[in-house]
Amino acid sequence: MSTSAANPGLRAQPRDDGSRPAPAVSDVRLERVTKRFDDVVAVDDLSLEIEHGSFFALLGPSGCGKTTTLRMIGGFEEPTAGTIFLGEQDVTGLPPYKRDVNTVFQSYALFPHLSIFENVAFGLRRRGAPRGEIGRRVGEALELVALGGLEKRKPRQLSGGQQQRVALARALVNRPRVLLLDEPLGALDLKLRKQMQLELKGIQNEVAVTFVHVTHDQEEAMTMADRIAVMNEGRVEQLGSPSELYERPRTAFVAGFLGVSNLLPGTVSGDAAVRLDGGGEVRVTPDALAGRTGRVALGIRPEKIRLGGDEANVLEGVVEERSYIGVATQYIVATPAGLVTVYSQNSEPSAAAAAVGSRMSLNWPPEATFVVDTTQEVPK
Amino acid sequence: MHFLHRHRGLVPYLLLAPGLAWLALFFLVPMYYLGYTSLQTGDLFSGYAFSWAWENYSDAFSLYRGHFARSLQYAGLATLFALLISYPLAYWIAFRGGRWKNLLLLLVIAPFFVTYLIRTLAWKTILADQGFVLDVLRTLHLVGEDGRLLATTTAVVAGITYNYLPFMALPLYVSLEQVDRRLVEAAEDLYASGTKAFLRVTLPLSVPGIFAGTLLTFIPAAGDFINAELLGTPRQQMIGNVIQSRFKEVADYPQAAALSFVLIAGLLVAVLAYTRAVGSERATQGTVA
Repeated sequence: MSTSAANPGLRAQPRDDGSRPAPAVSDVRLERVTKRFDDVVAVDDLSLEIEHGSFFALLGPSGCGKTTTLRMIGGFEEPTAGTIFLGEQDVTGLPPYKRDVNTVFQSYALFPHLSIFENVAFGLRRRGAPRGEIGRRVGEALELVALGGLEKRKPRQLSGGQQQRVALARALVNRPRVLLLDEPLGALDLKLRKQMQLELKGIQNEVAVTFVHVTHDQEEAMTMADRIAVMNEGRVEQLGSPSELYERPRTAFVAGFLGVSNLLPGTVSGDAAVRLDGGGEVRVTPDALAGRTGRVALGIRPEKIRLGGDEANVLEGVVEERSYIGVATQYIVATPAGLVTVYSQNSEPSAAAAAVGSRMSLNWPPEATFVVDTTQEVPK
Repeated sequence: MHFLHRHRGLVPYLLLAPGLAWLALFFLVPMYYLGYTSLQTGDLFSGYAFSWAWENYSDAFSLYRGHFARSLQYAGLATLFALLISYPLAYWIAFRGGRWKNLLLLLVIAPFFVTYLIRTLAWKTILADQGFVLDVLRTLHLVGEDGRLLATTTAVVAGITYNYLPFMALPLYVSLEQVDRRLVEAAEDLYASGTKAFLRVTLPLSVPGIFAGTLLTFIPAAGDFINAELLGTPRQQMIGNVIQSRFKEVADYPQAAALSFVLIAGLLVAVLAYTRAVGSERATQGTVA
């Protein structure tokens, strides 16, 4: 992907109309937005601010309201209640064509009767850009997505990955305030998806446009986004940077949706301790406990657990299952507190593997422990 | 079966054979006889003889030029009106019909449950001098006190439009139904208003339907004679009426055959020119992404 000086027109620079407010203002702001379809509440009293220039991901399982949220920002759905701002402007009732946002659709939605050039030029033409400028900017946009020279083709003559890039160029060429991406990589195969994740991130750095990306793929969100809003049942479960969400998930839902977590039920037994149901007390940071009392679930990521060592928290158990997955070996260990998954890094060539049935001592520090409420189901 | 296994290349031709035989028997053979007849001279009493009678063709042009022109004009007008009426109808059914779609489509083809002749006779009643349509138009002073609808060009064109409307509406519906709604959303996302999105996306993508509908309407309409017969006067006679009367009433088979050939050739040329103008690729596969 070209990230060179070949695309001056699309790189971060002052807007041609100079009307853009200072970057401190959030680009998208949702205030108590609710969307109801008949009896179903798709989005439930959602408030959200998306900072200018950020790569923001709306992450969640299907039906969590993430796509509806995106469609409301784009203007394809009108909220039942609440207000949507783009920058300072209240756009709640504005149709899509009056909003300074563009969308990369899940299905790409390229116009089959138009050439690649005309597809990309569509928005510029509707806005009445001069002919010379259209030619230049379309050329730049196609260069940006490494599709220079394919202007005369029809969409059906392109591969899925190429169509995806055209869809991206068609949106970015308009230099929108916000670019909306609706599961843009969903239709690509795994390898291409990985590649496009990095390319998208690179392009976002280059053009410095705010990206709002909807996905159900936690890995995709973690790879690309600066900030992620994890959504569930129409609400934002937790909002933060990928590492915050991973290291300090606040709910069982977030802990289970992003990566693998061991969640062990227990009871708070001090300002920095939890007694596990199977016996044994575990040290946590007061920060992780965040004032909770009573029933909680204790969370530990499988890769943070050491086999042996002298950390503050120790749990004894018996290896029930072992599987070799290349970079690590995964153990499922039966402990008094429940089954615990452990990833043991295969960093040494001759790392001795513990056999099924052998005893194992699981060690981890208090800082690697997080606490969530037990009232919620963990997503599978 | 052994034979087919050994000669697999023959299978497509064998599958094609029934259709080809049908076409040969019921199209090519009659066409040959029609062509043969068109170059004969004679009459019912003394018999007909083949004589390279090219004057049948020159007569077709010199004597019946007006009828040809009227046929093309009426068929063209009816096609245009059918398009103007059907497009919004098909659009509405395809985009807004929801669960009523099938019922609405059934209503579009409902007139086909009644024979052509009866339907056209019904129009005779509707447009009659004592009919309510004329009454209303007279009351509104849109038609003079002694004005009439029946036995006018308007009546004939209206009859043709009505009778061929489903042939226009159905292909339009099919192509509009196939237009991906997400493309319309994409257009609106790219600053096109509803009208612009329609003009730039929906309309171009429905070209195959417009093409098929206009052909299915225009071709049979150009050869129609029932409407002119029942709703018009001799001044509204189309080429179909001439062919029919030459054939059935005067028994001038050679002239009727020559006129038929001229009509077929004329339509063929018109269709080819039309296909050219629309672009054969767009005409047939515009909506296939």
